[in-house]
Amino acid sequence: MANLKALYQEVILDHNKKPRNYGAVERASHHAEGHNPLCGDHLSITLAIADENIQNIAFNGESCAICKASASMMTVAVKGKSRADAEILIEEFLAMVTGKLDLNIPDQKEKLAHIGRLAVFAGVHDLPTRVKCAILPWHTLHAAFDSVPQGDNVEQVTTEADNDPMHLPVGNA
Amino acid sequence: MPKINNPSISTFGTPPFNINKIRADFPILNVQVEGKPLVYLDNAASAQMPQQVIDRLVRYQSSQHANIHRAVHYLSELATAEYDEARRKVQRFINAADEREVIFTSGTTEAINLVMHGYGRKFIGTGDEIIISTLEHHSNIVPWQMLAEERGAKIRVVPVNDVGELQLDAYMNLFNERTKFVSLIHVSNALGTINPVKKMIAYAHSHGVPVLVDGAQAVPHMKVDVQDLDCDFYAFSGHKLCGPTGIGILYGKAALLERMQPFKGGGDMILSVTFEKTTYNTIPYKFEAGTPPIAAAIGLGAALDYLSAIGMENIAAHEHALLQYATEQVSQIPGVRIVGTARDKASVLSFVMEHIHPHDVGTLLNQEGIAVRTGHHCAQPVMQRMGIPATSRASFAFYNTRAEVDALVAGIRMVQKVFA
Repeated sequence: MANLKALYQEVILDHNKKPRNYGAVERASHHAEGHNPLCGDHLSITLAIADENIQNIAFNGESCAICKASASMMTVAVKGKSRADAEILIEEFLAMVTGKLDLNIPDQKEKLAHIGRLAVFAGVHDLPTRVKCAILPWHTLHAAFDSVPQGDNVEQVTTEADNDPMHLPVGNA
Repeated sequence: MPKINNPSISTFGTPPFNINKIRADFPILNVQVEGKPLVYLDNAASAQMPQQVIDRLVRYQSSQHANIHRAVHYLSELATAEYDEARRKVQRFINAADEREVIFTSGTTEAINLVMHGYGRKFIGTGDEIIISTLEHHSNIVPWQMLAEERGAKIRVVPVNDVGELQLDAYMNLFNERTKFVSLIHVSNALGTINPVKKMIAYAHSHGVPVLVDGAQAVPHMKVDVQDLDCDFYAFSGHKLCGPTGIGILYGKAALLERMQPFKGGGDMILSVTFEKTTYNTIPYKFEAGTPPIAAAIGLGAALDYLSAIGMENIAAHEHALLQYATEQVSQIPGVRIVGTARDKASVLSFVMEHIHPHDVGTLLNQEGIAVRTGHHCAQPVMQRMGIPATSRASFAFYNTRAEVDALVAGIRMVQKVFA
């Protein structure tokens, strides 16, 4: 599978080995935990959002290379962006990884205008059991946006939850 | 990658164990994955089916099928006879004293649930205790938790040591006058540990406590004799024995089965029905409501014939040699740690790789045509005890070869290179 080789390429391996923004934001305004119960992956994302802008973001947890690299590159991509722009990127990333939009088809590529370097994850679509690994950070970020600012309640998101508004049928991990 | 079908490197077992002849029985072993020969090392999840069983299923569906125990016509009588014969094949395979002690279920999970409902809900009450072990598959944890919650009963758990062996002293200390049931896994699906269930059953019986053994991972790999074990219940699945999915077995001692309440209500499990009163059928039919998976039961019978012809002793010897070889080879790779190193093990090699998550290992091995299972193996308490979220698991069957172990080792080194 050509895409598989493309998947475990330098940039993903690099982010797996040296994850960016790894840790936790102190005095975070938003926070969510993500779980993939089928493989035991666990992710925590903390954010400092002020005036609808993501001033800081960090993640930590236990996960596979695909999930960790996805989280690392996500934090790089959304840091400094507005919350609305991050939401657009979440939608584009999910559409690409679940195969709803294909970068190789010109009029679909237009709808993936903000993907940039995240295009390295396009190959995940060919690995149904790994799609959840790639999207867990993005689900979790989405849940963090909806978390009560500075509240004690931590948003919980899982790739299995039926009531997860972003839940997509992507096969079993 | 080494060639799989080289007779010079497949010399385990003594005649009549002929690995090449055996491999030729399994059409699926000719499948190519990513342009490479399939190396199927996920047998603990499900074993493959030989042509003999496939042919038996075809013969049943094309010349023998009708509903059983229902009609007097030719096909119904034939199907009933074949179905009943399959039950006797199971009886002989596990050496049950009586064919009425063999109940067809959909699998191990349903067999355990049957005992939970049929025995547990009738005889286990508030404050009573059920003993299980840390090594249990979720299917031998969750039903008992459901029962405990409903009845206000308590689950007690036998601990394991660092190599994955049950601690027998602790097991014996768990017993008290409230202990009402013991349910134990025979061979751990996650680590491969063979538990000393015979000894554990004898101890439970000294306290008058019945024991269920989850034998899903044991029956495919060793000769199991339920009378020798003296277990009260024994559960296993057809598809791990080269049979079809959707069929499994609950063995139970007749005296216990007779005292139990039915699990599912419906046709075939009754003697007479009026709106005032229903009289249940005798065992085993009391527990087989509705039309059973007839073809699957007959297919399982054919699979047991196939395994018996090879000989469970030969199968165990071949797999043991394979596991020993794989253990030696994998433990020599720096950065790889085998999880579960009990003295007594069957057919399972679970491992973790430094800085590399099992899911990445599984995906990259698949690129080489190698099928392993990655994850928590439906045994999260084992993973927690071992301090890891997941493992990669290679599990062997009698049709696997030394060359396939070499392919696994080469695959692991390739994964390390990718992540270097």
